[in-house]
Amino acid sequence: MSELLTLKYTVHGDNFTGAGEASVSMKRELRQLGFDANVIRRAAIAMYEGEINMVIHAEGGEAEVIISEDKIEIILRDEGPGIANVELAMKDGFSTAQDNIRALGFGAGMGLPNMKRYSDDMRIETEIGKGTTVYMTVLSDSPKNAL
Amino acid sequence: MQIKNRTAAQLAAELGLEVLNEADGERSITCGYAGDLLSWVMGRAPADCAWVTVMSNVNVIAVASLADVGCVILAENAELDAAALEKAIAVGINIYRTELPVFDLCAKIAN
Repeated sequence: MSELLTLKYTVHGDNFTGAGEASVSMKRELRQLGFDANVIRRAAIAMYEGEINMVIHAEGGEAEVIISEDKIEIILRDEGPGIANVELAMKDGFSTAQDNIRALGFGAGMGLPNMKRYSDDMRIETEIGKGTTVYMTVLSDSPKNAL
Repeated sequence: MQIKNRTAAQLAAELGLEVLNEADGERSITCGYAGDLLSWVMGRAPADCAWVTVMSNVNVIAVASLADVGCVILAENAELDAAALEKAIAVGINIYRTELPVFDLCAKIAN
């Protein structure tokens, strides 16, 4: 189906005050386009977790959101340290975040699991020392809308 | 858990909560959730819930907004920092406060 809108954001590293700006902006756009509230919520949660991961681990990065009638594609690119063991990183509760991050309420090891849970498809490309790109798709029509 | 359906303002009045920002007092609150780990809350808190927490930084407001939380209630008189209040006003999040501990507050909300 035809593409409605593409959004591009720069996510600044080491800025927890501004973290979530891209997700909040995307949410506003999706609402204006008339997407179902559950679809918007899933996209917003998945994107926010990715945004926070880029701030915590990769000193920021770039986010791109391609919105079509039937799906929202979210691409998060960073030039951070890469993920050494993706399978381990996907486990609930596994985190490499430092204590100062945990004190803010992050680092519970739920970021990647939440991204997988709330998106319909997620793919991670990562290379140690080069960076990580996460591709997520949220479908307009999905059984996950009941989550 | 599901609770008796009330508006945010009704809930606040019933529990004697201090109003820090009432962006939409008519917002319907249908359930409750408690927790301080933001990703945990993000992943589990249902839409339109009253979220009880002692975490009070600016990221709480972002999570509440993105997860469609109906209102945030700070327990144990947790101090809301200026940046968080500013953000709550900007993005329209209902935020209340009480001296009650989390458990006591949840018990009151549930009844």
